[in-house]
Amino acid sequence: MDHTHALSLTDLSVDNYATILAFNIGTVEATRLVSLGFTPGAQVSMTQNYGYGPLIVTVRGTRVALGRVEAAKIFVERSAE
Amino acid sequence: MSDCHSASVPLQPVTLRVRERRPLLALAGQPNVGKSTLFNFLTGLNQHVGNWPGKTVERREGSFSINGHEYGIVDLPGTYSLTANSPEEVITREFILREGPDLVIAIVNAANLERSLYLVAELISLATPLAIILNMMDVAKQEGISIEPEVLEAALGVPVIPMTATRANGMQAFYQTVQEILDGRHVSTPRLPEIRADHRATLDEILSHIQGYVPSPYPESWVALKLLEGDTEITRTLQNNLPAEKWEAVYNLLRQHDDALLAIASGRYEWIGRMVRAAVVHPKIGQISLTKQLDRWAVHPLWGLVILAGILGLVFWLTFTIGSPVQGWLDAQIVGGLTGIANQLLASAPFWVRSLIVDGVLGGVGAVVTFLPIMIIFFAVFGLLEDMGYMARAAFVMDNFMHMMGLHGKSFLPLFLGFGCNVPSILGTRVIDSKPARFLTILIAPLVPCTARMAVVAFLAPAFFGSNALFVSWGLILLSMIALVLSGTLLNKIIFKGQRSAFIMEMPLYHVPNSRTIGLLIWQRSLSFLKKAGTNILAMALVIWALSMLPNGDLNQSYLVQFGKWVEPVGRWMGLDWRLTVALITSFPAKENAVATLGVLFGSSPDAALTQTLTSTFSTASALSFLVVTMLFIPCMATVAVIRQETNSWGWTLLNIALFLVISIAAGAGVYHLALAIGL
Repeated sequence: MDHTHALSLTDLSVDNYATILAFNIGTVEATRLVSLGFTPGAQVSMTQNYGYGPLIVTVRGTRVALGRVEAAKIFVERSAE
Repeated sequence: MSDCHSASVPLQPVTLRVRERRPLLALAGQPNVGKSTLFNFLTGLNQHVGNWPGKTVERREGSFSINGHEYGIVDLPGTYSLTANSPEEVITREFILREGPDLVIAIVNAANLERSLYLVAELISLATPLAIILNMMDVAKQEGISIEPEVLEAALGVPVIPMTATRANGMQAFYQTVQEILDGRHVSTPRLPEIRADHRATLDEILSHIQGYVPSPYPESWVALKLLEGDTEITRTLQNNLPAEKWEAVYNLLRQHDDALLAIASGRYEWIGRMVRAAVVHPKIGQISLTKQLDRWAVHPLWGLVILAGILGLVFWLTFTIGSPVQGWLDAQIVGGLTGIANQLLASAPFWVRSLIVDGVLGGVGAVVTFLPIMIIFFAVFGLLEDMGYMARAAFVMDNFMHMMGLHGKSFLPLFLGFGCNVPSILGTRVIDSKPARFLTILIAPLVPCTARMAVVAFLAPAFFGSNALFVSWGLILLSMIALVLSGTLLNKIIFKGQRSAFIMEMPLYHVPNSRTIGLLIWQRSLSFLKKAGTNILAMALVIWALSMLPNGDLNQSYLVQFGKWVEPVGRWMGLDWRLTVALITSFPAKENAVATLGVLFGSSPDAALTQTLTSTFSTASALSFLVVTMLFIPCMATVAVIRQETNSWGWTLLNIALFLVISIAAGAGVYHLALAIGL
């Protein structure tokens, strides 16, 4: 899949909604992410993003803290609420 | 064997093996679902905390009796899934598959049903009977979520028991259902998650290759699924067990389908979606939850740090305003009292017997046992913060700071625990996914001043510095933190070449702490501390006493003094005389020994308090240097043992010891000469 036009999770601002498209991340990290609710098609909303440092997203009702590097590897598409 | 991944299973009553012994229940669940609360409620003090064989994960088991039935219960470690990411997942699945409990009880968070059913999606595919506890019904209600347990039960095909474990609501239904299942009166017809059609074919193909090569007790279809999910542990096992050409075929399949993990996980969430659709009514969005309100402050880049600093400050303030006076009182009343009694009773006994009891046993262990009030304060505060859900916030706000050392926020959690004791802190590094980051955290973790070291400081600082004790203590903590950051940054550059690891962490909902959970935690930790005081530290106190008596009963000619004088030249760089040097060396078995040793060396007597003797004996510069070196010296014996165990390498362990020797001697010498230079 070509994700060059997709946004990465770090591009979302607070209270923005998006749908996960894919992630470009190692198997161990991917296993952790899916067990916390991140799967392609799942909706996420940005809970905290100050433009630097780690951010918090809400996925399937769970708040998850992500490092900026990890969040940059998760590709999303903006969606309405 | 039944096919584990078809959509529905023909009516299959769960049959139980007839056992002579009491039934064994296993509690499973994701982190933050209230598993320990339920376990503590059921077992109370009838529980035993140990380690899983060969692992450093806590194994908690216990028993309880209801209506004349006795049950054994094991609290499995909290895991998000059953794919081997860490020892917790391996322990959970190995226990269920190998030890075959009579019933697995999966606890899910009613306020976060979708996510917490992910583990259930995996557990339900195993052959062991399953019951589900829908916990935190009160939190769900607060968040405006309404759930119908009967609808969920009908959808899943396994018993679902609503509960609020913190208030012991739903216990009667729980006892009744458990007994019904064990008696075979509950017919379960679990509906299992499906896998997408295109991967279904791959799964069958893998299955055909591995058939007959899967070691017991693993179900073959489960192994095929775990291979497809990229489970490292199962992949390794099969690689060893399969003939080369079969492994080749499996390996090629796995490579072509490296996206299967996402498909399988999506399949599980689709299944969860179907299960909860009818049973759950979600709230209208718009209400601001307690967690959201608190997190505006607790995870704010600035206010979050202020709050964290405030909490740490509060802990130390409590230590000094409550812990130290209680400790002083215990020391004077109990230890002083017992010493007086022993002296009277043993008046006619030979000199060495009286000395053994008074100086050796009471002098050594007595001083250590008086640390208990300070320990309890730490255990209570950390238990409280953990139970409330604050610890994840502390990790989050420290993430930026930890980046300076090439680490991330998760490394802060074990370091934070280190303020209590360095042993759990080393064990706690397991939450860090990457090995370099974990090893770096292990290397620097003992620089966090533990309760035992703080207790030594709390005892000696007021003696040496009077009303300035609090500032000196703060300075010592600050110094330790500076040493930690400096050595972390340097080690990261030199050894680990600036690598970093992934930061992915759940931020649990805040909830009201449970007094029973915290109470039991304090009880268990205190008990294990007293056991340590009663065994290791007693033994060490006796060894020190013997070395101070042999060969002829004269302290000044004893082996201990001879040894102290032999290494004194090194001590003198730091302004330490032989007594302080000996005290430092004896702090290796347990940091608290530093005080106990000084007690023995100065001969504790009720009329002349140790603190007064110390004040009149040592200069301020020496005292300051001694405190600095004590803070930074080689980690205690238990910590070193755990470092060896966790790194599985003597090389890393020796590197750690060498590192701390260099840091402590350099800092001690530096502080001593600086203090002399400014005229202290």
